[in-house]
Amino acid sequence: MSDPGYKELPKGGLILEGGTAAKYETGDWRSQRPVFIQENCINCSFCWIFCPDSSIIINDGKVSGIDYKHCKGCGICAFECPAKKKAIIMKSEAEIEG
Amino acid sequence: MVTKEKAARTGNEAMAEAMRQINPDVVAAYPITPATEIVQIFSGYVADGLVDTEYVAVESEHSAMSACIGASAAGARVMTGTSSQGLMLMAEVLYIASGMRLPIVLAEVNRAISAPINIHCDHSDTMANRDAGWIQLFSENSQEAYDNMIQAVRIAEHPDVSLPTMATTDGFIISHGMEAIELISDDEVQKFVGKYQPAHPLLNVDKPITAGALDFTDYYFEHRRQIAVGMANAPKVIARIGKEFGDKFGRYYGFTESYKLDDAEVAIACLGSTAGTARVAVDNLRSRGVKAGLLKIRVFRPFPAEEIANILKNVKAIAVLDRSDGLSNFGGPVFNEIRSALYDLPSRPLVVDYIYGLGGRDIFVADIEKVYQTLSDISKSGKIGDLVQYLGVRE
Repeated sequence: MSDPGYKELPKGGLILEGGTAAKYETGDWRSQRPVFIQENCINCSFCWIFCPDSSIIINDGKVSGIDYKHCKGCGICAFECPAKKKAIIMKSEAEIEG
Repeated sequence: MVTKEKAARTGNEAMAEAMRQINPDVVAAYPITPATEIVQIFSGYVADGLVDTEYVAVESEHSAMSACIGASAAGARVMTGTSSQGLMLMAEVLYIASGMRLPIVLAEVNRAISAPINIHCDHSDTMANRDAGWIQLFSENSQEAYDNMIQAVRIAEHPDVSLPTMATTDGFIISHGMEAIELISDDEVQKFVGKYQPAHPLLNVDKPITAGALDFTDYYFEHRRQIAVGMANAPKVIARIGKEFGDKFGRYYGFTESYKLDDAEVAIACLGSTAGTARVAVDNLRSRGVKAGLLKIRVFRPFPAEEIANILKNVKAIAVLDRSDGLSNFGGPVFNEIRSALYDLPSRPLVVDYIYGLGGRDIFVADIEKVYQTLSDISKSGKIGDLVQYLGVRE
């Protein structure tokens, strides 16, 4: 399917629906990856509250992982994690990719 | 029968009066000479409760246009006014207004650009923004300033156009020159402009949209192409609204106005207040048997190239009066566009450019008569001489 032409597109660059940010995968901007360590998690949800990209995945009220399609790797979650042994640590994407 | 009231109004007063009668939802503005009075008088109307407008006093022209953009995207009918450095400071956001297809109306008073600092009339500010995707209407006097403001609302908001529109006057010459003009009643102005119905207002919470999103290489070109379509649709709309305005109020408007051009051998083309002076020069020359004519351009964007070529096709020699200098070493903007418009004619008139009136330097009937005299020489000899000349500058 080819992209729509100028005759079909809404005028003025408008996007005529809501919630379209989910379709835009910003995860490939990341140079640092947050890695979730479940056994250290105290389920305070600070990471979920602070995440600017809604990339902390919660299941049944508990943190269960990170949405790497949208996480930009800012590291706020790891910084804010109050657990004595951090439940989120930042690792270099380059190291992980090898 | 429409109500006709004669009143004495400067250009600024006439534009402020039109704004009061239009009663826009939002005005965001920052004062600058010689346009200050427009929004100053209008803010008085707001304070006196004569309009329903939300008046946003801002800290700069960049903020003024930015606030206009936000309000217009929200779905409001929006107006502002500025001049010179103010328009230049707005320049970045002027492009955003047109790119987002927001029908903002701007009362622009043509004034020179620094440096040196100068507060008087030339067209450098408006011409510097001629490629900003705005419709540009030039006025010869207060009456046209008033009429252009009212029509600007309809032109900008027409769904086939959806482009911001600036109605311009000449600094001090029109903005502060008192003239007798015919006013239309509030009721009739309201009926003419109608209610603004935005297609996709941002404040419609039942239909959320995104405005001002990012385009990469895959969409930017398409969205820019659409603006060109809006500009290409504008001539039909401008013509229709100019005629409707004439049918209702007795003053008809098109893209250009021809004066004694039917049998003219030599012609001058100009914009704005100089047309009035040139008309007197034409009459003087006609009384001496010179076949002189005048072309006044009212709409500079979109540029009426075909109409101009058609009108000027039988003239032998043309002088374009440019009240701004393109500093390109190849003449001013009006000259270049008119000369280009004539290119496809089977036999082209000779064309010369006169840069004149910079920084409010007066242009007199005698100056213009001299230009016609030079044109007569050119038409006889077939030789142009200097393509670009400077009229009224000390050497």
